Amino acid sequence: MAIAATDVSKDRSQARQKRMIADHFDKLEHAKETGKKVVYTFVPGNLTELIDALGMLPVLPEINALQSGMRKKSAEYIAEAEKAGHSEDVCTYVKCDIGMLKSGNVSPTGTRLPPPDLLLLSYTGCFTFMKWFELLKQEYNCPVVMLHVPYQADGMITDEMRRYIVDQLEQVVIPAMEQVAGKKLDMQELEKRLALSAKAEDDLVAVWESARHRPSPIDGYFGGVYYIGPIFSAFRGTEDAVHYYRELREEVTARMATGEGPTTPDGPTTNEKFRIVVEGPPNWTHFYDFWRMFSREGATVVASTYTRVGGLYDLGFRHDSRRPLETLADYCLGCYTNMNLPSRIDLIEQYIKRYDADGFLINSVKSCNSFSVGQLLVLRELEKRTGVPGGFVESDLVDPRYFGKANIDNRLQSYFQMLEGKKRKGAQ
Amino acid sequence: MIRERLDPAAEVLARAEVLADDLEMRSVRAFKEANPTALVVGHMPIYAPRPLFEALGCLPVAIFGAGDQLDIIRGDSYFQSYICHIPRSTIELGLSGRLESVDAMVFPSICDVIRNLGGMWKLLFPDRLSIYLDLPQNFDSAIGGRFYAGELRRIARELEKKGAKPLQAEALLLAIADENRRRELITELDALRREDPSRVRASEAYTVVRAGAALTARAHADLLDEFVTAAKQRHVRHFDNVRVVLCGSFCEQPPLALIRSLEKAGCDIVDDDFQLGWRMIESAIEVRDGEDPVDALARAYIEQGRPTASRYIADEIKGADLARRVRRLPADGVIFAAASFCDPALLDQPMLEAALRQQNIPFTSFKFAENTGQFQVIREQAGAFSDAVKLWGANV
Repeated sequence: MAIAATDVSKDRSQARQKRMIADHFDKLEHAKETGKKVVYTFVPGNLTELIDALGMLPVLPEINALQSGMRKKSAEYIAEAEKAGHSEDVCTYVKCDIGMLKSGNVSPTGTRLPPPDLLLLSYTGCFTFMKWFELLKQEYNCPVVMLHVPYQADGMITDEMRRYIVDQLEQVVIPAMEQVAGKKLDMQELEKRLALSAKAEDDLVAVWESARHRPSPIDGYFGGVYYIGPIFSAFRGTEDAVHYYRELREEVTARMATGEGPTTPDGPTTNEKFRIVVEGPPNWTHFYDFWRMFSREGATVVASTYTRVGGLYDLGFRHDSRRPLETLADYCLGCYTNMNLPSRIDLIEQYIKRYDADGFLINSVKSCNSFSVGQLLVLRELEKRTGVPGGFVESDLVDPRYFGKANIDNRLQSYFQMLEGKKRKGAQ
Repeated sequence: MIRERLDPAAEVLARAEVLADDLEMRSVRAFKEANPTALVVGHMPIYAPRPLFEALGCLPVAIFGAGDQLDIIRGDSYFQSYICHIPRSTIELGLSGRLESVDAMVFPSICDVIRNLGGMWKLLFPDRLSIYLDLPQNFDSAIGGRFYAGELRRIARELEKKGAKPLQAEALLLAIADENRRRELITELDALRREDPSRVRASEAYTVVRAGAALTARAHADLLDEFVTAAKQRHVRHFDNVRVVLCGSFCEQPPLALIRSLEKAGCDIVDDDFQLGWRMIESAIEVRDGEDPVDALARAYIEQGRPTASRYIADEIKGADLARRVRRLPADGVIFAAASFCDPALLDQPMLEAALRQQNIPFTSFKFAENTGQFQVIREQAGAFSDAVKLWGANV
C-alpha cells in the first residue's frame, strides 16, 4: 500500500517550505479580491523575478500536476482528459492539468486556482510546453506571450542566442506583462530580486556540494526535489527563498558534522552503502515507494539531473543583477533540459566522478521525450567512459498505469545486488 | 509498353517510384561519383532551407526514415517502446551504412525526438557533421527573422568548413528561382488532383513529390512537369468517392500502401500534410530589390510559413486554417492520421477536432507507424466514414 505524504519524516526546512506554499496558494485563491494578476508559466526557464517585480503571482502547471500525482488525484484527471479526446500517447502532465481544469481547477492544497490573466509561454528544452499552452489558450480568455529560447545544440550559449532572447524580452514579453500588470517594470525592483536569487543559489549549491561528504547528508534526488521546490517555482528572488536556503544549508551542515545521512520517509539514513547518480525525473504517483526502494538498500542519491532542470547553479551560473535581461537570457538558455545529449552525458560523467558514485540509474519516463530520447545511448556511453555500472528502469511522471512496482523493485534489487557484488570483489 | 499506351503518365510514374523507394541511396551515390568534391546534406522532416544547400553546391537529401522497407534490428535497441518509429529507422539507415554518402545531417527543431536524435547523431557518427536548425517561434522579422537569418549563415559557415562552396548571393538567387519553379509545379499538381482526384490519385502525387527527396530542385521540377503534362492527357474513369483532407502525418510518413488503402476505401485525398517541407513556405520566395537572399529565405519562413504542429500559432484559433481549407477545397471531411507517439500531431489533434466540430465538418482518426503492415482495420474505418459522409454529410 502506498504511504501518504503526511506519514513520513520531514526536516524543519520542509515545514517552512510547506508554510510558504500554503501562503502562496492562499494568495492565489484571493487574487481576484486583492487585485493581484495571475500568470501561468513553466518551471524550466521561468521568469519568476520579472513576474514578482511586476507584482504578479505565478502558477506552475507542472508543479500542480506533480502534486496531483503525489496526492493520488492524477489518474482521474488523466482519465478526464482522455475522455475529452486527448491521446493516450502524449505527456501526462498536460493531461493531468487539463483534467484538473475540467474538474474545477482545485489546487493540490485544496484551494481553488484562479484563471490566468496571462499565459507566459517561456519554455526551455521541451516542445510539449508550447502545445500545452496552445491547449490552455483554448480554455481561457486571456493573452498569451511567448519567449522562444534557442537550444544549446553545440553545447554553448552564443551572443546571437542571448540577443534573440533579450530582444524578445524587451520588445514582446515585458510590454505584454506590463499591459496585464497595469504598470511599467521598475528595473531596480527586478535587480533587487535578481540579487536575492543569487544569494539563495549560493546556499543551494553548498547543499548540492555537501553530497561529496561521506556519508552524504542529503539525498540529491528524492530529497533534492524538495530542495528545488522554492527556487524553481514561485519563490526565487524573494526573502522567503533566502531564508529557506539558509536554513536548509544549516541543517545539512549540522548533519554533516554529526555524520548523519539524509532524512528519508522512514527517518535519517544511517547506513550509506551505495552512492548513486540519477538521470531523469522521478515518478510522482509512487514517489515514496520509489524512494524506499533506494533507502531500504542503503542507496543514497548523491546527484541528479532532474534537480537541475530549473537551473545549473553548480556549474557556476548565478543571476546577475548588473545585467538583468542578459542574466535572464543566460538562465533560460542554461537549464539542464536545454543541453544537448553530449553535454548531458558530460555532466552526468562529471557527477559520477565528482560525487564518487558507485553507480548511476536512469529512470526513463514515458511522458517526457525531452529527457527520454537517447537515454539508452546515455547508458552505454557512461558505462564506457566511467566503468561505473548503470541501471535502467521505466515509469511515468503522473500516470500510475505506468508504474510497475514489482517490476521496478525487482530490477532495482538486482541492480543493487550487482553493485554489492562488485564492491565485494573490489575489496578482495 | 501496353501500360504506357493505356496511361501516358505510367513511364514517368515508374521512374518516380524508383527514386522514391531508393533506400540504398543509389542516386545519391551516383551524384557523389559525378561530383566528388560536393557535399551531400541530409535533413530530417519537416522543413529545411534546401535552396541554401544547393547554393553551397550541396545536394540536399530529405530523409524520411525507412518506411516499411527495412527490418529494424539495431535501431530499436536505442529507443524505448514509447518513442515514435522514425528515429529507429533513421538510426538503422545510419548504422547499416546506407547514409555513408551523407556528409552532414540537419535536424530541424520540430520536436524533442528529432532534436535529441541530432545529439545522438553527434555521438554515433562523430566524423559527420550534425547540424541543429533552430527554427524561430517569434515571427517578427526584426526579431525571429534576424535570428533565423543568423542561423542560416551559421549553417552555411559550418558547411563551408566541411568543404562546401562559399556562399554567393548569385548562386542563392538561382537556387531560390529553381525552388520557386518546383513549388509552382507542386501547386499545379495539387490543383490537378483537387479539381479531378480521379486524374491524379493522392498516392501518385505522393510518389512524384517524394521522388524529389534526393534531387535538385531543377531536376525535381522537370520530373513534376513531365508528370503533370502526362496526367493531363489521361483518360479518366471517375469514382463515386468522398473528398477528404488527410491530416497529422506531420513528420513520420505513412506507408504508401496505407494511402492506397484509404483510396480503395472510397476516399479521394484532395489535400494532405504529407512531406510538409515541400509546402512549408506558402507561395514563392520573393527576393526584394537590394535584399540579401539569405534574409529573403528567412523572411519567407517567418511571413509565409504554413501553420503546422511545430509552429506556434499566436493570433488565431488553432484549427481555423484547417477548417478554412476544408471549405475552400471543398472537402467533405477530414481524416486524422498521426504517427503513434507523435507528440506535436497528437497534442494538436483535440484543438483541430474542436475547430472542425464548430464548423460541422465530419472527421475520423487513427494512428499509424511508418512500418504499419495491416491495413484492414483502417480500410474498414475509412470505408465506414466515407459511406457515412455520403449518406449523412455533416451530420456524421
